[in-house]
Amino acid sequence: MPLEPFRIVLSKAVPLDMANVDTDQIIPKQFLKSVQKTGYGKYLFYNWRFDFDGKPRSDFVLNDPRFQRREILLARSNFGSGSSREHAVWAILDYGFKVIIASSFADIFFDNCFKNGILAISLSESEMDYLFTVAYNQEFEINLALQTVTVTGRALSFVLDPSRKRKLLEGFDDIGITLKFESQISDYEKKSPKPLDY
Amino acid sequence: MPETLFERLWNGHVVVPEHDSLNGLALLYVDRHLIHEVTSPQAFDGLRGSGRTVRRPDLTFATMDHNVPTDNRSLPIVDPDSSLQVETLAQNCKEFGVTLFDLNSPDQGIVHIIAPELGLTLPGTVIVCGDSHTSTLGAFGTFAFGIGTSDVEHVLATQCLWLNKPKTFALELLGHPRNPHAITAKDIILSVIRHIGTSGALGTVIEYRGESISRFSMEQRMTICNMSIEAGARAGLMAPDKVTSDYLRGRRFCPRGEHFERMVDFWQRNLRTDNNAKFDKYFSINIDQLAPQVSWGTNPSMVIDVTEAIPYPDDFANGTENEKKAALRALEYMALEPGTPVTDIPIDRVFIGSCTNSRLGDLVEASIIAKGRRVSPGVRALVVPGSQQVKRDAESLGLDKIFKAAGFEWRDSGCSMCLGMNPDILAPRERCASTSNRNFEGRQGLGGRTHLVSPVMAAAAAIEGHFVDIRDWF
Repeated sequence: MPLEPFRIVLSKAVPLDMANVDTDQIIPKQFLKSVQKTGYGKYLFYNWRFDFDGKPRSDFVLNDPRFQRREILLARSNFGSGSSREHAVWAILDYGFKVIIASSFADIFFDNCFKNGILAISLSESEMDYLFTVAYNQEFEINLALQTVTVTGRALSFVLDPSRKRKLLEGFDDIGITLKFESQISDYEKKSPKPLDY
Repeated sequence: MPETLFERLWNGHVVVPEHDSLNGLALLYVDRHLIHEVTSPQAFDGLRGSGRTVRRPDLTFATMDHNVPTDNRSLPIVDPDSSLQVETLAQNCKEFGVTLFDLNSPDQGIVHIIAPELGLTLPGTVIVCGDSHTSTLGAFGTFAFGIGTSDVEHVLATQCLWLNKPKTFALELLGHPRNPHAITAKDIILSVIRHIGTSGALGTVIEYRGESISRFSMEQRMTICNMSIEAGARAGLMAPDKVTSDYLRGRRFCPRGEHFERMVDFWQRNLRTDNNAKFDKYFSINIDQLAPQVSWGTNPSMVIDVTEAIPYPDDFANGTENEKKAALRALEYMALEPGTPVTDIPIDRVFIGSCTNSRLGDLVEASIIAKGRRVSPGVRALVVPGSQQVKRDAESLGLDKIFKAAGFEWRDSGCSMCLGMNPDILAPRERCASTSNRNFEGRQGLGGRTHLVSPVMAAAAAIEGHFVDIRDWF
């Protein structure tokens, strides 16, 4: 299905100051049993948000009253490592985040973000240090067309490959695009009718 | 132009090259699509919602592994959500004509275990599955990698995927372990991840190289490739050789006779990296002095030798503030004091299983340790074969009797306590010696504490109730 085209995001950010945040933390396994794509937001970071009795942990950043209803998540390196579960991205989206900024992302997680309309931005460690220092009360502007993160008047540019950028800006349906290459796919199959035949 | 093995696999599967595609990505053909119950229901729903169908059901194979109970297969699944997921997969496979190895199938098992058993992993192919440990199958000289559910839907509909070409990473294993009974493939890959880190291979496909690989069985090779993802790699692979073709010959989905031998000839001539090919990245590691490896923290790079003590955060972090914070947090979660010898850490549970270490060879190795001994009184130990085939093979060797006599529980196949989506989970604060692949917080159960080790190390920990240097037992 086509996605909503990505617009400029104006929001403050939630600073999750941790490296190697794996998808088991983003959405623990007990919530992977649904056969739906929606409704995962309430389980986002569940084991960090809630204690063994299900009460909110006051020391976790998502429970901090200052950081509610923000659309940008900041993290450190290798965000989204581990399991390929797309439920992690569905949970982030359902919770209300539109942008994740980190110094690096795990490959499968990064792909999954763009398939669901989430913009994942990589910036250097020192740029991340800066964003963490201003995240508490400054408004961020994320402009995908210009590839900039602007905060306190300072614009940081980020690199993004053109295909992912176009996909978010235009919100197109990947499968629909691929099916336009039907003749090439069929040709490939004819060339090796059983792909394992040499 | 000299090519690496990966580039050869890539070039052989390009349907639409980067420069013709309008989006800068290449469209790659997929030879085998493997499916399980957790990451596929939304993909089939997507197909239904847009009136699409499965393009190549003949290249698509499914099984149920994550949710399945391992204690009594004749009973219905108690958890209604697990039960729904398993039923949904069965219905989807029926509706779209996909071959399914269901709970009652003699071929059921962990998807990454049954695919090679059935001969679905021919060298030179591209294999995908909605599961990060698909990297296991790279041991056959395939480009095999995990994908998300959106991509599962894309492959179902088109048999293709849009990809950025990953970088190439030559990872050379130098030497060969001195005591191959005590030092296993698991110790080698844990040591690799310890050295290159959990993001050391981001954006790359690792080719494991080195003379010692030719001496590894396919099972050992799979253990190494399996954990490539734990170093951040898109995939891991090894060039096929005689061990590879001998493993595959005669398996159900492999070609037979002359046809198979022609393929073997093709693999030998083509599926290798040219002598003067260049990789984007290089790393080499000496494995001949390797000690048994034990993870102490909450990611798979937090690993030390069994002869060492739990590190102080400053020593572990090499001065970086973020790493130090992560180490402090890991120590707190794991309830470990820096300076404690690894062999002093008491164990509550032992799990021998998972797509990393549940093949016949793993169980044979563990049984050698278990034979004639008893599980320590305070320990509960579980052996979960990777597939029903592994279970039957192990039983024909009498391994079930050895394990049961020693006080281990002997189960049916599945992912089980590697991620605890079924009833096999750790209780809060329980400490487990596990042959699985991830020691993340809560991975094996909320508040559970996981130490990743080899099957022989896990079995010995079960017997002694704490870690031991298994080299002393051989």
